[in-house]
Amino acid sequence: MHDTAHVQVGPHVPKTFIGKYIFSLDHKVIGRQYYDLALVAVLVGMFLSWLMRIHLGFPSFAIPGLHLLSQNGAPGNVMTPEYYLQLMTMHGTIMVFFVLTTAPFAAFGNFFLPIQVGAEDMPFPHFNMMSFWVTFTGFLFLVASFFVGDGPTLGGWTQYAPLSAAGSVTGPGQGLGVVLWATSIAFFCIGQLLGSLNFITTTLDMRTKGMSLWRMPLTVWAWFITSVMGLTAFAVLMPACILLILDHVAGTSFFVASNLVINDQLQPHSGGSTLLWQHLFWFFGHPEVYIAIVPAMGIVSHILPTAIRRPLLSHRVLVYSMSALAALSYMVYGHHMFVSGMNPISSIAFSFPTLIITIPATIVVLVWLGSLYGSRIRLTTPCLFAIGMISTFITGGVSGFFLAQPSLDIMLHATYFVVGHFHFVMAVSALFGIFAGTYFWFPKMYGRMMNETLGKIHFWLTFVGVYCIFMPFHYLGLAANVRRYQAFVDDYTQPLLPVHKFITVAALCTGAVQFIFLYNLIHSRFWGKPAPDNPWEGTSLEWSTATPPPLDNFGGTLPVVYHDPYQYGIEGSTGDYVMQTSPEKIQTQHDEA
Amino acid sequence: MAKLLAVTIVIIAIVSAIPILRHTWWMPEDISTHGPPIDEQMSETMAEAGISFLASQILLAYFIWRYSQPKPGEKIKSFPGGAMGLVIAAFLLVGTEVLALGAFGAKAWADLYLSPPAANAMPVQVQAGQFAFYFRYPGPDGTFGPLHPDMISEANENFFGLDTTHDQDSKDDIVTAEMAIPVNREIHLLMHSKDLGHSFFVPELRIHQDFVPGLDLSVHFTATKIGKYEIVCTQLCGLGHYNMKAYLYVKSQEDFDSWLKQQAALQ
Repeated sequence: MHDTAHVQVGPHVPKTFIGKYIFSLDHKVIGRQYYDLALVAVLVGMFLSWLMRIHLGFPSFAIPGLHLLSQNGAPGNVMTPEYYLQLMTMHGTIMVFFVLTTAPFAAFGNFFLPIQVGAEDMPFPHFNMMSFWVTFTGFLFLVASFFVGDGPTLGGWTQYAPLSAAGSVTGPGQGLGVVLWATSIAFFCIGQLLGSLNFITTTLDMRTKGMSLWRMPLTVWAWFITSVMGLTAFAVLMPACILLILDHVAGTSFFVASNLVINDQLQPHSGGSTLLWQHLFWFFGHPEVYIAIVPAMGIVSHILPTAIRRPLLSHRVLVYSMSALAALSYMVYGHHMFVSGMNPISSIAFSFPTLIITIPATIVVLVWLGSLYGSRIRLTTPCLFAIGMISTFITGGVSGFFLAQPSLDIMLHATYFVVGHFHFVMAVSALFGIFAGTYFWFPKMYGRMMNETLGKIHFWLTFVGVYCIFMPFHYLGLAANVRRYQAFVDDYTQPLLPVHKFITVAALCTGAVQFIFLYNLIHSRFWGKPAPDNPWEGTSLEWSTATPPPLDNFGGTLPVVYHDPYQYGIEGSTGDYVMQTSPEKIQTQHDEA
Repeated sequence: MAKLLAVTIVIIAIVSAIPILRHTWWMPEDISTHGPPIDEQMSETMAEAGISFLASQILLAYFIWRYSQPKPGEKIKSFPGGAMGLVIAAFLLVGTEVLALGAFGAKAWADLYLSPPAANAMPVQVQAGQFAFYFRYPGPDGTFGPLHPDMISEANENFFGLDTTHDQDSKDDIVTAEMAIPVNREIHLLMHSKDLGHSFFVPELRIHQDFVPGLDLSVHFTATKIGKYEIVCTQLCGLGHYNMKAYLYVKSQEDFDSWLKQQAALQ
């Protein structure tokens, strides 16, 4: 931290429309660009999930116009098995990378991290701009795979080798489709590495006077911890993707073993390891779960004190717990591979850290719950979504007990139980964090309020809807219903078909509800009620500056911080809270750890 | 609205738990000797996870109910014991719980995966390929003939790539598209893939193992109940993945011997 002298990056005053809105160096514009990218991506991802669910619930139903998307993939508007898998792969990839990583981390982090630490911008604005455009290019590569060759890859978002590495002989989309997928993800990784570098440097080197590490809001801590995870996780996935591309275009055999016979043809590859891909992928893949959820934890931990008008029970315990989750996330990845053929002793070795990681996760939940005790809850829309996130995170968390044990993985691996678990713990929880963050920060980002009534309707229908969709997945998994099937032809799955129909109807309804959010988002951006500077009576630095913030964030004078970030429930001159920038003397709300 | 939210959370939690408690959709009946510890582990984990789930959701609901409309003049209070009390509770309760689950679960796993097959276990070889399983029995000589990947041909129905002209051991090998085993006899299943990653999952048998191209893997088990069961692939292997299945017939020893003879005659 620099007390008096600051790393001067200076405001980059844009002179043209392109400089201001397209290739902007302003972290706030870049944050909004990331948010808009995530919004487009989530709409595409949700649309794909609708198509998949209609096909699974009502396999013979002809979806009007589907053949327009892919003539070969949907003759007579009913999708082929390979087209189902292609849509499934694109759904998973788009959602995990371009929504769950992009929105809570890159979008909100870019906009608010520099403001919350009292900086004018990030230290490497050009890298920051590049990070978005590289990510956007990655998204274009992915979407392009719908329109070239024989379509996108069908290998799932995990792209297990050798299905992904042996080329087009393994099926439609397995040639050019895989290359485009791997290129897209490699670009995405570069974007995240550049972003992480900026986040870490901003946190460590750009904090304003008085902003000690322990005075940083929990969002900043969460983005900082996520950036450290990102630096290591994406740095492994990117070279793995390059090796995968080389297996396609350079005749290498990193991931393809010798003597494979596909379609009666002996393959020219030799000496590769199919398990190597799984190790590389999951070394990234499990931290990725926390890359998605830790920012959401930070957002909920930031919104909750404002909503319940008291600091959380312990700022430090939450920071230590999120750090422990990040550290342990590298030691647990093998639980995805219990029945993969790796040494069974390794399964036991990976099982214990996977079980132990529930301890810091439990502590986070208990601190949230304990903080509600004796508080004064204001059930605003951001608060509703924050509470919804706590509920869904609990639900997703407890199913982790099962998947951490190799003996139970025998029954649950690759079933819908896994789908239910990760959708709750990673997707729905992170999405609720994104919704909470959107309703909370929209006024600051766009200078207008979102409609609270529409927000509450959105919450209620979404909250009930996600339970209707994803809880039955657990039941299907317990009954051994295997995932990634485009149709359920096995005898033992026939009694499960009504459950699939129910899930489909729930998914269509819950998806439709999201258009209320979309309407609210777009309408409020242009016609929403003008927002005051501090609509939620918050204390952190984003509420100390104008709405929306000026180009240099604080109008020429960097703020000075006097207090911990969540001084609520006290008698200040402005009400029951004191802002970080307020010099008034107060009895600081100390950590209760 | 707070009370409605609290009630909704409780209703969701209870409704979610009912199918689990009633076993409306549950694991199929176990037909293996190694299965009971796995099922017991599942029930114990379900009980502990279920209690954690219900207790947390109900506590969340109660706090929302109680503290959304504080009584006039009510001051903000701190949770008794503060965060440190909760940290200690998490370490003691969850720590003990997960270590116990881990230890018992590891034993159930080790019983299956870390114990060698009995010396008299019956060997059966299974080969996975897009999108079918094929099985091989060693025949009267008790020895499998060597595999020649370059000779594999679906068109010529040489699924394993056997050279019956030159390899003596291959001459009496019996290749089938369905798997039959005698009841109450340990089976040593030798697994390999000819092309991509696949998996061998028989829910009733509590057996689930991936095929890894380039690696020879094996599992061993004893089926305890005569019947017809499905073997399904759980590792995404291409467009026909959903339809990659075979049947497992568990037969009496006499019926199995007779079936094997029939299959030998068809070679």
